[in-house]
Amino acid sequence: MSLDITPTLTATEEARRQVEICNACRYCEGYCAVFPAAFAERSFSDGDITQLASLCHNCRGCYYACQYTEPHEFALNLPAALAEVRVESWARFAWPGAFARLFQTHGVALAAALVLGTALIFAAIRLLGTGAGDGFYAYLSHSAMVAIFAPAFLFPLLALAMGVRRYWHEVGGTAVTLADLRAALIDAGRMRNLSGGAAEGCNYEKGDRYSVARKHAHHAVVWGFLLCFASTSSGTILHYVLDMPAPYPFFSLPKLLGVPGGILLTLGAAGLAMLKLRADPALGAVAAWGGEMAFVILLGLTGLTGLALYAATGTGLVAPLLALHLGTVLAFFVTLPYSKMAHATYRLAALTRDAQLKRRAG
Amino acid sequence: MTRVDAITWDVVVVGGGNAALCAAIEAAETGARVVMLEAAPKPYRGGNSRHTRNFRCMHRGPLSVLTGSYEEEEYFDDLIRVTKGKTDEYLARMTIRDSETCLPWMERHGVAFQPSLSGTLSLSRTNAFFLGGGKALVNAYYNTAEDLGVTVLYEAEVRHVTVAEGRFQGLDARIGGKDLRIEGRALVLASGGFQADIDWLADAWGPAARNFLIRGTPYNRGVVLRDMLDQGADSVGDPTQCHAVAIDGRSPKYDGGIVTRLDCVPFSVVVNQNGDRFYDEGEDVWPKRYAIWGRLVAAQPEQVAYSIIDAKSLNLFMPSVFPPETADTIEGLAQKLGLPGNKLRETIDAFNAACRSGDFHPTELDGLATEGLTPPKTNWARPITEPPFYGYSLRPGVTFTYLGLKVDRTARVSAHGARLHNIWAAGEIMAGSILGEGYLAGFGMTIGTVFGRIAGQEAAAHVA
Repeated sequence: MSLDITPTLTATEEARRQVEICNACRYCEGYCAVFPAAFAERSFSDGDITQLASLCHNCRGCYYACQYTEPHEFALNLPAALAEVRVESWARFAWPGAFARLFQTHGVALAAALVLGTALIFAAIRLLGTGAGDGFYAYLSHSAMVAIFAPAFLFPLLALAMGVRRYWHEVGGTAVTLADLRAALIDAGRMRNLSGGAAEGCNYEKGDRYSVARKHAHHAVVWGFLLCFASTSSGTILHYVLDMPAPYPFFSLPKLLGVPGGILLTLGAAGLAMLKLRADPALGAVAAWGGEMAFVILLGLTGLTGLALYAATGTGLVAPLLALHLGTVLAFFVTLPYSKMAHATYRLAALTRDAQLKRRAG
Repeated sequence: MTRVDAITWDVVVVGGGNAALCAAIEAAETGARVVMLEAAPKPYRGGNSRHTRNFRCMHRGPLSVLTGSYEEEEYFDDLIRVTKGKTDEYLARMTIRDSETCLPWMERHGVAFQPSLSGTLSLSRTNAFFLGGGKALVNAYYNTAEDLGVTVLYEAEVRHVTVAEGRFQGLDARIGGKDLRIEGRALVLASGGFQADIDWLADAWGPAARNFLIRGTPYNRGVVLRDMLDQGADSVGDPTQCHAVAIDGRSPKYDGGIVTRLDCVPFSVVVNQNGDRFYDEGEDVWPKRYAIWGRLVAAQPEQVAYSIIDAKSLNLFMPSVFPPETADTIEGLAQKLGLPGNKLRETIDAFNAACRSGDFHPTELDGLATEGLTPPKTNWARPITEPPFYGYSLRPGVTFTYLGLKVDRTARVSAHGARLHNIWAAGEIMAGSILGEGYLAGFGMTIGTVFGRIAGQEAAAHVA
């Protein structure tokens, strides 16, 4: 038995220890929003630490600029410390709590969700079958798709809303104004916090050298995802409002939005996965690496299988590819509130809170 | 890779901080084959430059991140004030003038500056701040040097420089555990001061120096400086002097850097380990008094002092890296700090009794002085009465040493009054030529950049 009685700090305590050292140094003042937000305080509640952690993009610029990283005895590694807090906080905020860490830190669980989702769609194709529709509906009826996907779209929205409510309470957020929201959306859209002046971007794949590769890959994913989402939404409108059911020709809104969206999503996710392989895992949440990687791959797969399905139109591959694509999308949405995807909402909440605090400080 | 000891290098640079990097970059840009010998392992590369934050720069109008103008006369006046005239005016003015062209050069070579900020920084006119601090600057320069083909050797301790008939011929170094002979046609010495050699400090200062803390790199041991002085190199600066400030007494022995600063003194009562006050804590605003407290604490028993404040002052200064000791009574605080409780109580009572009512202004000289107290506290004298009480220990923290090599305006080193043929020096090893006493924020980086560039250019021209 070990007699080692060194008390181990929780993720929040360790991050607080590090942020307090940062607050006595302040050399990173000009980097992202984390530092001015930290330097406005003299002591840090758990909620303050959660808020700082959610502002951090894990770009790692501060790590390479830090004079106190190991082997220095202060052993600062703020990107990793804040990443650990994020992982823990999302688990704490997750609703229902049973799924808290399942998909964030377990790549295998995410892969299992993918397999399950695909199997479910296969079974649905077998059992529910066609409502004698055209295109994809020849394999799975429109009403069956709606019955499966409507709850799969709506449930994550509810779960994330519950999570963000818990977040907002913990960080002490007040009533949100349009100005706060606007500031947050602009910061998020421009990824302003990855632009520390002349030192632009992240220190991901080339050590202490800056690179904008991660920023570009991330934006490809964001825009790809939004285009795919817009494609599906436009299809819904065509179906219900204009009574124009699928299949759609290439020169139609769903395809003109979906094809470039799928390409951007696939390429962006491939880029993020490659960068993740080259970056030092010790500067992130080590235990969450597998879950994050699995999530990026799942994200890329939704784009890739969608494109493959479109390319296979009219061939015998449609049925299996349809099952794979719909299964991927299903797995993505069902696990969304418990995977890395949740960061989008928490980051937006953190930026909104930051805008509030800045406004209050004048 | 070819063995480093099988090559006759064009320019050999000893050191791995700002000045060494500037010299290596300038020389490599002419096409010269350059090797840099950095004594530290890679994570600690950059000498004291990695702890720096800014660069003091002359400018005739807004320049990059700098606001307004800061011209030669004002800059020189600032220098004269801190050095009390101990400077070589010609070299000083040259350094000041050259600083203006250095800033764009730094930006071209990868250094990112911080946009001028409000808040804690009030130096946006005179000093340009490195985005992320000195280590970010050092990283940028190492990347630039690497792109230019400079060979960098880490854990490369230079033991002896062979100088014969006024000419550098080669040097002996222990590199990664192996003794090697490095040969080259020109030599740039940029290996810093000797503040990390405690024995040398103790020789100069007396045994008290063994209790000093070294704020910067543990790798500035002055081995090359001593070797050159032993061979008759001309020197400048006072060997018995070092620049020391009062820092948190709990700081690491080496390499504590900026976070060891404590700004509480003006709002406190400072006692030695006997519980006695020994100097006017409110003499002037803190940046001006910061340096003299190093000396004051060094003169106290065991080179330690204690700064005592009460609850109303805790948020008036920059957060400290170590939390203060805290107690609800003065006696309780004395016990935690290891001070005689009765004596501290007496000292605080006497101080409190000497305080007068008046307006307290933490950011300016407010004239709120004690009456009939020796030594007096001439500003910010408010009674220490509101619990909890807080205490910080203070020790002298050495920032740099003044003794160095004498150089001329081309950064050339001389021995026995004659210029050496092919040896130049830059950075802290020659800064005493310009900064004979005191310190001016950001001026060390200015000297290092100006002379590093000159040394690199001159050495490259010599071998061209």
